[in-house]
Amino acid sequence: MQNDGRSNAESAGSERPTLSFGAAWQYAPAPEASDWVEIPDRRGLFLDGAFVAPASDQWFESINPATEAVLGHVARADASDVDRAVQAARRAQPAWAALPAEHRARYLFRIARLLQERARELAILESLDGGKPIRESRDVDLPLCAAHFFHHAGWADKLELAFPGACPEPVGVVGQVIPWNFPLLMLAWKLAPALACGNTVVLKPAETTSLTALRFAELLQQAELPPGVVNFVTGEGPTGEALVTHPGIDKVAFTGSTAVGKAIQARLAGSGKDLTLELGGKAAHIVFEDAAIDSAVEGVVRGIFFNQGHVCCAGSRLLVQESIHDAFLQKLVRRMERIRVGDPLDKNTDMGAINSRAQLQRIEALVAAGTSDGARVHQSGCELPGKGFWFRPTLVSGVSQADRIVREEVFGPVLAVTTFRTPDEAVQKANDTPYGLSAGIWTDKGSRILWMASRMRAGVVWNNTFNRFDPGAPFGGFKESGFGREGGRQGLAAYVRRPGGLVQG
Amino acid sequence: MRTLDVPPVDAVALETRAAELATRSIKKDAKRAGLRMVVEMIDLTTLEGQDTPGKVRALCRKARAPLAGDPEVPPVAAVCVYPDLVPVAVEALVGSTVQVASVATHFPAGRAPLQQKLDDVRYAVAAGATEIDMVIDRGEFLRGGEALVLGEIAAVKEACGEAHLKVILETGELGTYDRIRRACRVALEAGADFLKTSTGKVSPASTRPVVLLMLEEVRDHYLATGRIVGVKAAGGIRTAKDALRYLVMVNETCGDLWLRPDRFRFGASSLLNDVLMQWVRLGDGRYQRPEDFSQD
Repeated sequence: MQNDGRSNAESAGSERPTLSFGAAWQYAPAPEASDWVEIPDRRGLFLDGAFVAPASDQWFESINPATEAVLGHVARADASDVDRAVQAARRAQPAWAALPAEHRARYLFRIARLLQERARELAILESLDGGKPIRESRDVDLPLCAAHFFHHAGWADKLELAFPGACPEPVGVVGQVIPWNFPLLMLAWKLAPALACGNTVVLKPAETTSLTALRFAELLQQAELPPGVVNFVTGEGPTGEALVTHPGIDKVAFTGSTAVGKAIQARLAGSGKDLTLELGGKAAHIVFEDAAIDSAVEGVVRGIFFNQGHVCCAGSRLLVQESIHDAFLQKLVRRMERIRVGDPLDKNTDMGAINSRAQLQRIEALVAAGTSDGARVHQSGCELPGKGFWFRPTLVSGVSQADRIVREEVFGPVLAVTTFRTPDEAVQKANDTPYGLSAGIWTDKGSRILWMASRMRAGVVWNNTFNRFDPGAPFGGFKESGFGREGGRQGLAAYVRRPGGLVQG
Repeated sequence: MRTLDVPPVDAVALETRAAELATRSIKKDAKRAGLRMVVEMIDLTTLEGQDTPGKVRALCRKARAPLAGDPEVPPVAAVCVYPDLVPVAVEALVGSTVQVASVATHFPAGRAPLQQKLDDVRYAVAAGATEIDMVIDRGEFLRGGEALVLGEIAAVKEACGEAHLKVILETGELGTYDRIRRACRVALEAGADFLKTSTGKVSPASTRPVVLLMLEEVRDHYLATGRIVGVKAAGGIRTAKDALRYLVMVNETCGDLWLRPDRFRFGASSLLNDVLMQWVRLGDGRYQRPEDFSQD
């Protein structure tokens, strides 16, 4: 054995030891077979338990963001389609609410089981339509979807226990608008608690990612859910506007951008409709010098590059203690280079395609304009496919609190790095943002975790982990990240009226 | 006395990362190349009280040409035996690239006076062993005697002379990842050429999180000092699938510099036949029966 440590490439041309990757062993392509997942060219709207064409007969393309190939055409619902959907939900609501609670639970359990049975098909479709790696849609999105329905199936007949003495009853018909970053998972977060509590639903998926919602509608038919209990209207902004302003809606639940959320809130003022909003974020990772460094590096990578950074609670700011800044950044940059970017259907892909051309342009513009003098942009040197929408894992250091890249939500794989010296400074900087959805604290010291967590103005505070979700844990924001919670008992509160008294939800 | 300043390990995160890397999909050419590397990295081992010269000779024949008639399958890295059987192995391996490794320092417990341990090492080296697998004094280490353990490793290293030293930490007895990291630092400080997980006599033997931790340690040691130390995962690795998962960890943690038989090893016996079975299947698309491969 030659163990002199100075052999071959590592010392050539440089004094400092360096590592090299990818020359000795390359992974062969490992694509998930997708040709068996048939995608009908036109599926229509899902109204009253059946697929129907939109009144206007207008359709728009749904493309695969990794190849720009057209996957199919999605119906553009207008106000009359939305009205039909709301009428259907209204008609179905009394009988749905009157069902014995354990019967509603049975439907939810059935949906959860069907999600598990058809998980592979749905994961493939999710990756084709949205660009996320199959590793995530298979291992994160679909298992969490099923878990959400299982969890809420359990709540359906225990609402009296969740809100003792408050006589919980359904809100009525709920209008829900969801984003494109977790199409099925956000659908699950919205539908499961609404149905468990006896509400009926009209839901609008995002225009770039409607295919899995329509596939999910087939699954509802398979589960023999009564017609009208769940209706899907597809379309762009005007469809969503028609839905949230429809007078037959009792409550609106929206997940998406802060700008749209504010517009919805303004439109609903005085309407008497309930509203919950889950909006943007600009979460901070706070890495203390005593943290388990390699694990913190993994966590930061998971925090910002998970789902191409299209995550409202993404850890898009890194606050690292001054004393370990250089060492930490070296490790982080090296780890970034190892992220495998490419074909979302390849089982070894870590980061897939940006969801749409429009989003890619927004990311590019913010990275170009969002930094002041002195900022250093580091991007992974990975190869990118020729077609489709792609953005390299990116790290921007040397930025200041006032830079747009530090203040604005990029919703892409871009991490802004700053430093702090004391815990007080870390708290101040982490909270110095219009948002307040999540935060991540990285330290080996238990007392510091508690001290920090109690000072974070954020709905979710992760300690030595990030982007972990559980249907039992309430999720939601402070400040411009919105109001209302999803998940757990607190999440149910948004879907019940409590005439017996306002019990803390 | 504990003198080293060792940063903490997050057990949950370490295990999560190891599990995440285990989901890599290794197919076709990558699998073929991977299996070939695994064979090249195996220390074919027999460490039984009932070992005989005949058994060691059979093992050596298998080590030189693991799959009779397929020259594409390379010889394994080494044959690993008890000191008294070193001369048998040396003779049986003349003219091959296969190294002779010997456990020493009163393997597996390591409970003997230092002088006897050093004699054990000198005997094996004199008999022709080119690699020495020593065990650390876990009792001393666990009660805080890190300086003493460090001194013992350094003394053994000196007794090895030209032979390469693998230091067995017996991680299954150390209890926590934090202690395992401390043991890694002690061995690195003392001049180990290889960090090795286990004797194979204690359960759990090698686990993927432990080896991931070791890989992070040798990587950072190299970046800090320029000295490359190898890692040997020993015990409990029985399937090609599991071995490829270890290789993925090497590939994505340390990279090209460690994907070689002088930097990463598997200490195993039954692993080789499973790798050969997978190798043959890749060639003709069919699984053979286990009895088609010699049991050595």
